[in-house]
Amino acid sequence: MSGVTVSHAVRCDALHKRYGDVVAVDGLSLTVQRGECFGLLGPNGAGKTTTIEILEGLLEPDQGEVEVLGLRWRTHAVELRQRLGIQLQETQLADKLTVAETIRLFRSFYHRGRTVDDLMQVVELEAKRDSWVVKLSGGQKQRLALACALAGAPDLLFLDEPTTGLDPQSRRQLWGVLEQFRAGGGTIVLTTHYMDEAQVLCDRVAIVDHGRVIALGTPQELIAKLTAPRVVTHHGTLEDVFMSLTGRHLREDD
Amino acid sequence: MKTTDVRPPIVELTLARLREWVREPEAIFWAFVFPIVMSVALAVAFPRQDSRPVIVGLPDGPAAAAIRGALSGREGIVLRDVPAGDELRVIRDGEVHLVVEPGEPPIYRFDPDRAEARVARLVVDDALKRATGRADPWVAREDPVVVAGSRYIDWLIPGLLGMNIMSTGMWGIGFSIVQARLRKLLKRLAASPMRRSDYLLAQMIARLAFLAPEAAVPLGFGAVVLGMPIRGSFGSIAAVCVLGGFTFTGIGLLAASRPKTLEAISGVLNLSMVPMWVLSGVFFASSNFPPVLQPFIQALPLTALNDALRAVILEGATLPQVGSELAILGGWAVTSFVMALKLFRWR
Repeated sequence: MSGVTVSHAVRCDALHKRYGDVVAVDGLSLTVQRGECFGLLGPNGAGKTTTIEILEGLLEPDQGEVEVLGLRWRTHAVELRQRLGIQLQETQLADKLTVAETIRLFRSFYHRGRTVDDLMQVVELEAKRDSWVVKLSGGQKQRLALACALAGAPDLLFLDEPTTGLDPQSRRQLWGVLEQFRAGGGTIVLTTHYMDEAQVLCDRVAIVDHGRVIALGTPQELIAKLTAPRVVTHHGTLEDVFMSLTGRHLREDD
Repeated sequence: MKTTDVRPPIVELTLARLREWVREPEAIFWAFVFPIVMSVALAVAFPRQDSRPVIVGLPDGPAAAAIRGALSGREGIVLRDVPAGDELRVIRDGEVHLVVEPGEPPIYRFDPDRAEARVARLVVDDALKRATGRADPWVAREDPVVVAGSRYIDWLIPGLLGMNIMSTGMWGIGFSIVQARLRKLLKRLAASPMRRSDYLLAQMIARLAFLAPEAAVPLGFGAVVLGMPIRGSFGSIAAVCVLGGFTFTGIGLLAASRPKTLEAISGVLNLSMVPMWVLSGVFFASSNFPPVLQPFIQALPLTALNDALRAVILEGATLPQVGSELAILGGWAVTSFVMALKLFRWR
């Protein structure tokens, strides 16, 4: 899935987005290769969600260019929606629909994709197929949301904080599903503020703060480049990189 | 479950909405139980009887004995003892229609603004004078005419039906949409390839499934228990109800197209519905309002729905005969759906 296909999965250039006086995204550019798992890391309020929602076509940037799967939102929104899988932060699916009903509803929006049974199997929710969404645990809800995102056999998956608030078992279970998706050649763009998650899942990460990319590379590169001078007593982690770049003070903003 | 089991999005969306509805106990209450409760309340408030008796208050004690003798046992008069000093209160509270104070001549105390009080005055006056020897110079022949469908209750039921179609439509749609927006479910749907008009249309279609019991219960109860005539055909009554249901679901969608909180949608819904409760002839005829307001009142969707329901149910009107009302409803339905689609906030 690497160099042979020339086109990029995602490319954006000089994105700007402001809400009133607050600049959420400030000249952000990045490129995601096909088949790659790309992580947007950053503290709360850094502009990760705004960025990913611009890429998802849910927000219009004030300035800047976005190209997804070689297409533009303005001209190819219908086709793009069919080819993308999206998991938003904090979506609550309908409480009183069952797992199977919810997946079937989302599956009906797509021209292609796996069967409802397959999707339940992929996210390991077969046992819960007739349970109402309201009865699911946090991890099960996240996996259901992921099944909805996977319903159209997407080429590209956008995930906004897919494992926030989950226990370690649930997180690992979800990572497993994502590994499977990648093994099938899919591209992933995700936001997270868990460094271990980025280190496990991502081929490359961009550390974002104040609406800009302040560091970009593979987790190993960033660790090597940015922690070497300071870390003497233990092996560097992405967390060290992150803290050295963004951890100057406690953040109060969301 | 095979891929082939996945139905078209409009069907899946409608089914999803219906499932959510039937799994919500409150929804069942409003759709099924409430019309029954309302109808029973009406049956109790408006029992079938030719004339209601007049209730006359008398002070206790020997002074009223002569009057008591003259009035007691007369058909259509019920006597109540009123403790001294309580006269004005019992009149105000409607416990009695008239109080007779014994004397030469007696005094009638009543509120002339109340129709039943004026009737009581005539009945009591007649009975007392007759008891002291008044003779009738002549007696008219009476020809009692009972026109089925002319009673207040007959007129009221179609209006209540119209009001119910309006309020369940607008509350049901309004709340569920704003809740879905609050939970970011709308945003999630907007991020999928779902056609946005499919979503709104599914809300309207799902709503119609609940219309049948909602309309059938009060109409059936009115016909069987209260003897309300149903003169129009089943088809035309159903058609008016369906169009009304569509219209108010459309208006509900429009009302819910922007608000982000349940407080805001409640305000919008009350603001749009309360004027129609008053103006659109639910409890009293909208012709009571001055002519200046009439063009406005006639253009309101609930006025059109109530007028059409009454014409079809009570007068047996055909659909072409209520064409102008149906046109007003259709206009509201289409306009509000299109505007809702344009204004709708998906996040």
